[in-house]
Amino acid sequence: MTYQLSDVRALESEAIHIIREVAAEFERPVMLFSGGKDSILMLHMAIKAFAPAKVPFPIMHIDTGHNFPEVIEYRDRRVAETGIRLIVASVQDAIDKGLVTEETGPRASRNGLQTTALLEAIEEHRFDALFGGARRDEEKARAKERIYSFRDEFGQWDPKGQRPELWNLYNGRHNMGEHFRIFPISNWTELDVWHYIRDEDIDIPNIYMAHKRMVFKRDNMWLADTPFINRMDDEVLEERLVRFRTIGDATCTGAVDSPADDIEKVIEEVGATRVTERGATRADDRRTEAAMEDRKKEGYF
Amino acid sequence: MELLRLATAGSVDDGKSTLIGRLLYDSKSIFEDQLEAIAETTKQRGDEGIDLALLTDGLRAEREQGITIDVAHRYFATPRRKFIIGDTPGHIQYTRNMVTGASTADLTIVLVDARHGVIEQSKRHTFIASLLRIPHIVVAINKMDLVDWDQEVFETIRKDFSAFAAKLDVTDLTFIPMSALLGDNVVDRSENMDWYEGSTLLHHLEEVHISSDRNLKDVRFPVQYVIRPQSDEYRDYRGYAGTVAGGIMKPGDEVVALPSGFTSKIASIDTADGPVEEAFPPMAVTIRLEDEIDISRGDMLSRPNNQPIVGQDIEAMICWMSEASSLTPRSKLALKHTTKWVRTMVKDLQYRLDINTLHRDEDATELKLNEIGRVKLRTTQPLFHDTYARNRLTGSFILVDETTNVTVGAGMIIDNN
Ligand SMILES: Nc1nc2c(ncn2[C@@H]2O[C@H](COP(=O)(O)OP(=O)(O)O)[C@@H](O)[C@H]2O)c(=O)[nH]1
Repeated sequence: MTYQLSDVRALESEAIHIIREVAAEFERPVMLFSGGKDSILMLHMAIKAFAPAKVPFPIMHIDTGHNFPEVIEYRDRRVAETGIRLIVASVQDAIDKGLVTEETGPRASRNGLQTTALLEAIEEHRFDALFGGARRDEEKARAKERIYSFRDEFGQWDPKGQRPELWNLYNGRHNMGEHFRIFPISNWTELDVWHYIRDEDIDIPNIYMAHKRMVFKRDNMWLADTPFINRMDDEVLEERLVRFRTIGDATCTGAVDSPADDIEKVIEEVGATRVTERGATRADDRRTEAAMEDRKKEGYF
Repeated sequence: MELLRLATAGSVDDGKSTLIGRLLYDSKSIFEDQLEAIAETTKQRGDEGIDLALLTDGLRAEREQGITIDVAHRYFATPRRKFIIGDTPGHIQYTRNMVTGASTADLTIVLVDARHGVIEQSKRHTFIASLLRIPHIVVAINKMDLVDWDQEVFETIRKDFSAFAAKLDVTDLTFIPMSALLGDNVVDRSENMDWYEGSTLLHHLEEVHISSDRNLKDVRFPVQYVIRPQSDEYRDYRGYAGTVAGGIMKPGDEVVALPSGFTSKIASIDTADGPVEEAFPPMAVTIRLEDEIDISRGDMLSRPNNQPIVGQDIEAMICWMSEASSLTPRSKLALKHTTKWVRTMVKDLQYRLDINTLHRDEDATELKLNEIGRVKLRTTQPLFHDTYARNRLTGSFILVDETTNVTVGAGMIIDNN
């Protein structure tokens, strides 16, 4: 017997430790849940962390209104199965209340508006800790973010003023109105996530697997034909065999050509792929080199 | 597959970014879009080819100033291991980042420029690695191409370095001559240094024996969360959730709960996947006991015949991390140790250590940002602790400023006898 956990089990233990620590020390935690694989994995581990008791906090979906129907169906099914409380913070409501104005034109996206809906919900529910499924391998700014990431009363991130984070001793002390974003799966890579989904046999939305879909090409990505995007004249629809590597707002999440229709094939494909997940599929990160850093500073996930 | 956490340190221009870029590149962990982006940036700067160092550039301010500010995390895997790199900048003012990166590392790579030999920064990095008890140190003697791949140069640096390290608590020290720029001895064996018979860096990282680095002798289980389901099915369920900090726990083992001192036996070690026969660090599990005793968060389970030190007088090495304040005798702070918060007062600053010369300044009256010293503390409640040398998890704590809530110090407990 060697007393050594496998890499994925060590990552799981680390995540469960963090989730329990937050539940013990914060008054009003909530877990952000988008229906994407990272948040699904996080919820799965939250359930494991407190079994056989219930998860002691709700989950929250920041709903842009521009969803893939398969994802909403998945979300509602998962909520019914687990009995967890779901809060929906809607970007549409923020638009209706006049808090934000919608972008227009063919490239209109509600992605940026999510920040307002999110900060609004944090205030309304007085959340002091928000679990997010971000991973450090996703992007340069994330690579430098702490697991407990402090936000001031405006929800802003200050990359240069981050608290040192030592051993597994997390410091979540804060004043009223301030909060933390908590990233329990910071140290997972895309491949770790897929290995774990396979090992644990976790149910995920079927659009992660290859399927036929009407798509059109924009910025070298396949965007799905949805009621939320206006195609430009030269953008023609075609049917292709695709799958999604990330799931976000339907207007800016691209699909990739893929024949991988089961999890083993997905793992093989991810292991062999030469393009990062965000590079392949997220229009929002392509806007400028520091796009993610700038959005994070303002309070984005 | 095992997980290896490594910390890298080196002073500016020793080639740390190039080395990490090389490891990621040669282990095929770099993606095309990342390569395109750095090729583009290299071109914009008027340089040629691709500058691998750009891969590890992070925040906008860093790109503008061309330096690294903060700990950045990188990931790569080989068929044998998964690696997490905590990459910390080497400037003097960033000792606090190095300490942060070193706190969880299994191994650290200290870079030395072959042309310059052992300089103060290399000493400082090695000292911090030994203070934080990183079990394995690799000294990467880089830029061997600039000294004609000369074995003499390598041997001289090795001797100098070993002489310095002998004064520290260093258990495993490995020297590797390399050229990060050209790739010699990083992933592939060097054809220019056939006199070197040791491993390449990657081979060493894959093979170094880490499973005996954790404490498997002393059972330490800090209770993190009490699980009491509110359902009929589990009405009598009472489980103590936590992460094993030391030792091997088994059902049937007799345990003592601190601070109450009550003893019981482990009825079962639960996980969501069912009960397990053994739990060891760093497993996150839920312990059930045969008897109903009152236990809450911050308490600790151990074996009756092998208990942690229980006490309110703590002696520790402290690294101070705050720019805004300093540590002085009578400073009052919040302290987090395992799953417990207490308040503490500094009773005495015994000395401040000059981390370049290891000289102890006993007349020091304060510790400022990035300074390290030996301190006596008094806590409001007893801590169930071990020395840091015995257990990194039960021997460490953080200090937090009670007004700003910022983490201002890192502490490593030493024997106070
Ligand atoms: N000749 C040579 N140059 C190197 C080597 N490693 C790094 N360099 C160069 O040294 C300079 C500093 O390297 P960099 O990786 O940015 O150093 P850092 O500040 O430690 O991250 C760059 O111009 C590199 O190309 C090496 O092994 N040989």
